[in-house]
Amino acid sequence: MVNETTIWNYLEEVPDPEVPVLSVIDLGIVRAVKVISEKEVEVTITPTYSGCPAMNYIEKNIRELLTEKGFEKITFHTVLSPAWTTDWMSEAGKEKLLAYGIAPPVNEVDKLILFGDAPVVRCPQCGSENTKMLSQFGSTACKALYQCNDCLEPFDYFKCLR
Amino acid sequence: MDLIGQATSLLEYAAQVEDKGRSADDLAFLRFENQYFNTQLVEQKNGDFAVTIVRQWIFDTFRLPFYEALQHSADKQLAAIAEKSLKETKYHWKHSSEWIIRMGDGTEESNKRVTDALNLLWKFSDELFYMDDVDKELISQGVAIDLETLRPAFNERIQYVLQQATLQLPDSKWKLNGGRLGRHTEHFGHLLAEMQYMQRAYPNMEW
Ligand SMILES: [Zn+2]
Repeated sequence: MVNETTIWNYLEEVPDPEVPVLSVIDLGIVRAVKVISEKEVEVTITPTYSGCPAMNYIEKNIRELLTEKGFEKITFHTVLSPAWTTDWMSEAGKEKLLAYGIAPPVNEVDKLILFGDAPVVRCPQCGSENTKMLSQFGSTACKALYQCNDCLEPFDYFKCLR
Repeated sequence: MDLIGQATSLLEYAAQVEDKGRSADDLAFLRFENQYFNTQLVEQKNGDFAVTIVRQWIFDTFRLPFYEALQHSADKQLAAIAEKSLKETKYHWKHSSEWIIRMGDGTEESNKRVTDALNLLWKFSDELFYMDDVDKELISQGVAIDLETLRPAFNERIQYVLQQATLQLPDSKWKLNGGRLGRHTEHFGHLLAEMQYMQRAYPNMEW
C-alpha cells in the first residue's frame, strides 16, 4: 500500500503556479498528508497569504495528480494556524529560486520598525550585495522589485514573512 | 488582495456559523445596503491618494492591536484567522505609516493634501470602537474583544506616526457613526452597485 512518504514524493511534482520552479512542498504549503486507504487520501494545506489567488489552483493541481496516481477520494483541509512563514521554505527551494533568478527571503528586521534599512539582498545574476530596492511590490504581492547596482539587472526578491 | 483574503476567511466562517445555506459569496454580494455593518471609514472613496492612504492607515492602525488581541480568542477559528491576518497587517501598517510620514514631512503641497485628508477622515475613526449587545455577549464568552481596551495602543501608534510626519489631529471632536447600525454614507451605494453588478445581472455566476 502507498504510504505517506510516497504521497510527499508525488507532491514534489506539483508546482506553485506563481513561482513554477518551486513545488508546493518546497514552499511549505502542504502541512500534512494522511492515507486512509488504497483509494482515499487527505491533504492539509495552508495559504501563503490570505488573499493568495493561487490556492484554488494548487488544490486543483494536487487533485489531478493524485487522481492520476489512482486515488478516487481526495479530501482537502485548509488550516490557517500556525500561519505560514517563509521560514518553512526548504533549503532546496531557496536554491531553486536563486537559480531561477529570484532572490530568496533573507532575515528581515521587524515589520513594525518604520523606515528600517531595506534588507541586503544578493543579486541572483552576479552575486553582488550592492543592490537597491525599487519597489516594495513586484510582479506579485509576495515579491519586491530590486535592482543590482553592479550588473544593473532588475530582479524579484521573495519577501520575508514571519 | 490581503484584505480580500481576510474578508473571505471571515465571511466563510460567518456563513458556516450561520448555517443557513448561504455562502461567503452570498454574504459578500447579495445583501442589501442596510444589511452591511462595516464602519463608514472603510467605505470612503478612493481618488485622492492622500485620502486613500489616510483611510488605510487609520484602519491598519486599528487592525494591529485588534488582531493581536483576537489571536487569543476562545474561538479557535477566529484566533487562527487573526494570527494569519496579523502578519499581513504589520506589513500594511508599515506601508501606510511610511506614506503618511513621507507626505506629512514632504513638500508644502503633500503636507496640505494629507492634512486635508486627516480633517476629512478622522471623524470616522471613533466608530472602529463601537460595540453593541452582541459584541458584549461575545466579549463575556471570551470570543470577541473589548474594543475599549485597544484605544491606548491605537492612540499611541497614531501619535507616534503623526509626530514623525509633523502632523496633528484635527481639533474638532465631531464623531460620525452609523455604519455598524447599517447606515451608510453616499459612497457606499456606488461601491455596492459596482460590487454586486455581476451577481445581479447574472445570478449564481461563478468565475
Ligand atoms: Zn548583479
